[in-house]
Amino acid sequence: MKHSFIDQYSDLDSFIHRLDPRTKFIITLVFILAVIITPPARWQAFALYLLLIAALLILSKLPVFFVLKRSLVIMPFVLMIAIFIPFIQDGEVAGSYNIWLWEVSVTHTGLQVLWNVLIKAWLSILSLIWLTSTTKLPNLLQGLEQLGMPRVMVMILSFMYRYIFVLVDEVMRMRQARNSRYFGGKRLRQLRTVGNMVGTLFIRSYERGERVYAAMLARGFDGHSRTLNRLNFSQADAYFGISFSLVLILTSVVNLWY
Amino acid sequence: MEEIIRVDNLSFFYPDGQQALTDISLMIYQGETVALIGPNGAGKSTLLLHLNGILRSNGLVKVFGRPVDDRNLMWLRSKVGLVFQNPDDQLFSPTVFDDVAFGPINMGYPEAEVRESVTRALDEVGMTGYEQRSPHHLSVGEKKRIAIATVLAMNSEILVIDEPTANLDPGSKWSLIALLKRLPMTKIVASHDLELVQALCQRAIVLDRGKLIASGATKHILANIPLLAAHGLAPAESA
Repeated sequence: MKHSFIDQYSDLDSFIHRLDPRTKFIITLVFILAVIITPPARWQAFALYLLLIAALLILSKLPVFFVLKRSLVIMPFVLMIAIFIPFIQDGEVAGSYNIWLWEVSVTHTGLQVLWNVLIKAWLSILSLIWLTSTTKLPNLLQGLEQLGMPRVMVMILSFMYRYIFVLVDEVMRMRQARNSRYFGGKRLRQLRTVGNMVGTLFIRSYERGERVYAAMLARGFDGHSRTLNRLNFSQADAYFGISFSLVLILTSVVNLWY
Repeated sequence: MEEIIRVDNLSFFYPDGQQALTDISLMIYQGETVALIGPNGAGKSTLLLHLNGILRSNGLVKVFGRPVDDRNLMWLRSKVGLVFQNPDDQLFSPTVFDDVAFGPINMGYPEAEVRESVTRALDEVGMTGYEQRSPHHLSVGEKKRIAIATVLAMNSEILVIDEPTANLDPGSKWSLIALLKRLPMTKIVASHDLELVQALCQRAIVLDRGKLIASGATKHILANIPLLAAHGLAPAESA
């Protein structure tokens, strides 16, 4: 079965795509850090961040609709956590409502916190989408490894990238097999079937793990993993990384001290 | 002919106590292509896993005269290249390049030599240009070829393949057989695909329920219909 790539659009060609994964990773981290430490009231700063990330996205030739859609997929989760903040925050009341027996009031500070959480989450998500859509995952992992991420973590992530769709395929086949023998029944029974499927999937994955390990042993794996270093940090990386970081640092300094 | 693999009285029990192999003795000679045939669950794969020391048990397995033991493991795995049945198990890296390079890197080749081995191995299986692809997006036939390349990259002298034609359509199957025929090294092929055995192997060994049943020239074994029928390799006699 065909699935889309996790790192969809990472095979486009643009100035951004050609940058070293480490540069992009560091830029993303600096960007998120700058966004997070910005005081909520500084809307000018947020406008600047939005401008910056929009510029990066446009430079990388990513389809606008794709980016927006992907960023909106994650927002409901943020919203679910943040939506109650205006109601529980103390402060000047902006409005109060009677819902059946309760009297709820929304405060100004609460709204500000909500806006703060939402805009920061959205900007961070945009930057992460930018990172993963312009960098092939294998390259990103290699970059992370060279930046000092423990090798075990890198291996776990690379197995995830390799096997997630193999597992998804397995689940889809199991569902087809169930549906072709499913003739209705009580909800409880269905739950039991789902439980069995989860168990089966676990056992199959476990056995696959053993076979993969045997395949690694067969090619001389001895518990130490080795790789070739293929990344090179170019001049473009240095200029781009440094200038972008400087803009962000400057903004943060202005935000925090004035 | 020079004897390169020797198995003496090999028996193997699964962890749950079930016996998988009983007193297997066989020899493989330099340059030949041997088929290991038998029905599902005959113990073919279990036997293959003994040839490069992934499984070990009582009985003696010798490769090029050296016994399979801890001190020889790395050497052994560079000599005996094992291709697994399911390419999704064999290919575990995010890109084809990483996968084919995995063996050579573990063997401690210098970088230039690793790259050269990968290029050569991919060329031998006709998959040049696939280096940066993700195995997930390849067809089964392509994955099988890459799986073979991962072993060729280690310059193994013995190629051990488990069910090379499983899950392949006839077109991919015959082009894979042609590819295997071109490879010069000693080959051991476990399969119950008798067309493959006939086309590729000079000698055949019949295995059933963990026991060695018969061994001989492929044409004699395949002509012995009662033997094949008795061990699940041909339709039952009465049919």
